[in-house]
Amino acid sequence: MAPSSDPRPARTAAPAPGDGTGAVASAADLAVVGAGPAGLAAAVTAADLGLRVTLLDAGDRPGGQYYRHPAPELGAERPEALHHGWAAFASRARRLRDHERAGRIRHLAGHHVWTVVRKDEDAAGEWHLHALAGPEEQAVTVRARAVLLATGAYERQLPFPGWTLPGVVGAGGAQAMLKAGLVLPGRRVVVAGSGPLLLAVAGSLAAAGAAVPAVVEAASYTGYAGRLPALLRNPAKLAEGAVYGGALVRHGIRLLTRHAVVEAHGTDRVEAATVARLDRDWRPVPGTARRIPCDALAVGHGLVPQLELATGLGCATRTTADGTAALVLDEQQRTSVTGIWSAGETGGIGGAQLALAEGELAARSIAGRPLPAELVRRRSRLRAFADAMGAAHRPGTGWTGWLSDDTDVCRCEEVPAGLIREAVADLGATDARTVKLLTRAGMGWCQGRMCGQAVAALAGCAPGPDRRPLSCPVPLKVLAELPADGGTAP
Amino acid sequence: MSEPRDLVGGAPETSFTLDFDGRKLPAHSGQSIAAVLWSAGITAWRTTRQGGAPRGAFCGIGSCYDCLVTVNGRPNQRACLLPARPGDTVTPQEGTGHGALV
Repeated sequence: MAPSSDPRPARTAAPAPGDGTGAVASAADLAVVGAGPAGLAAAVTAADLGLRVTLLDAGDRPGGQYYRHPAPELGAERPEALHHGWAAFASRARRLRDHERAGRIRHLAGHHVWTVVRKDEDAAGEWHLHALAGPEEQAVTVRARAVLLATGAYERQLPFPGWTLPGVVGAGGAQAMLKAGLVLPGRRVVVAGSGPLLLAVAGSLAAAGAAVPAVVEAASYTGYAGRLPALLRNPAKLAEGAVYGGALVRHGIRLLTRHAVVEAHGTDRVEAATVARLDRDWRPVPGTARRIPCDALAVGHGLVPQLELATGLGCATRTTADGTAALVLDEQQRTSVTGIWSAGETGGIGGAQLALAEGELAARSIAGRPLPAELVRRRSRLRAFADAMGAAHRPGTGWTGWLSDDTDVCRCEEVPAGLIREAVADLGATDARTVKLLTRAGMGWCQGRMCGQAVAALAGCAPGPDRRPLSCPVPLKVLAELPADGGTAP
Repeated sequence: MSEPRDLVGGAPETSFTLDFDGRKLPAHSGQSIAAVLWSAGITAWRTTRQGGAPRGAFCGIGSCYDCLVTVNGRPNQRACLLPARPGDTVTPQEGTGHGALV
């Protein structure tokens, strides 16, 4: 498949001229935002092909959330024991180090990109990426001719009574804390929500020494049956499922499908979870509730693409099979904005293997190289599998039935479900934005990342794509120092 | 009872104690402040602005801001991201963390 003829940055023969401020020597051929599976694969592939790459990542070590691992000082001898497919990461991390030493990749760890702007509409597509570096939040600007957004995803949360109790944590959060810090949220951990991540989390927690009395899955795994062709074309994915299934059996973990945690109990921390059976629409079935004692509860309903940098640039979005918003991408991994590519979860939740493939394809496209047919086929196969999984685990409309009026839906601003229902029923709000203006739901520190999906469901609308003018809190000092044209900071 | 360390083997390079609310908690270099608190069995270290409800780490990746804590007098630090350092004093945070300034 040959790339089309639109302008894209060619390999740089000489450093580009500076912009006169003297702050940055020259523009990179490519800036990659995010060093998870997609960004890492893209950065090393682009450098292999001769591009000069700047890789910006909020984390201190490459790998993103999926390949999150302990700091070297923690001295873990076998970090791979906490991972599936570690070799794919280790080989790319090695290539990253080699390229860094050779000066082909500049890896800016601990850099959180908060906005990307086109420097000059007339220029041949030069981008300025504004970042905050380190705990001191130092302002840094990176210039590049092309940008790849590999900003990944965060966990989809559906609130329930008691979900703000200490000891109730994100399933991905429990996984992240274990992978990076070698710690558990408790000794007896119920894992609940929906999606294949739950099986992985339960397996890891149990292997690390926690008792996992149950994995509570709202969907039915028999929901996969109607999508068998996509499953059968993905033997590796089936094997991965068998590994997790085997781990559950080995650790004696019960898998309760078509069930949900409808309440967490406790005063200063969670002490038990009430689990109930769900009907087809995820409405709790009366009379089926039972209590499971626990000292921690790990919850999550799949992932949501993290899109604010892309939507800030005007990139088009679509609604995917799992009900979340993702970027519209063409076969070259190009967004609808010329000069901006994307790969991995931002194009629709699909897992690490798909992200690795897409990162490599995006890098080849940016370098103006043809896309290998085998890699393109692999991407289609994995994307079809992801769509099948996404549809099977898409939240049913009845889940809001387990919210009581006093359940805080917005954790930051402490806005209860009753207030949101009132804004919808009595004040006529029909979308998440109006609910936010009326109730402050989604207006706090997390900028609606935790409650956005739930608020949209209560307002009776589809969740919109991430829209945040700044992707993280930015000190006023940093904003004030930005030149008016959005150019390089002094 | 097995521990996460049994799974990955090895040993931390250095260990020290962290001062939390007058308690000395064992900490290892390379751990986040939230990880140190979790390994001491502590899951809440701040109270909310409105309801005064206890909160701790939730998302574990720096997105939810529920784990905000005051470290060495500086409020609103994300405990799940901030590495623990020898000599750190961690104070449970009430509300905005700026109460002392009012």
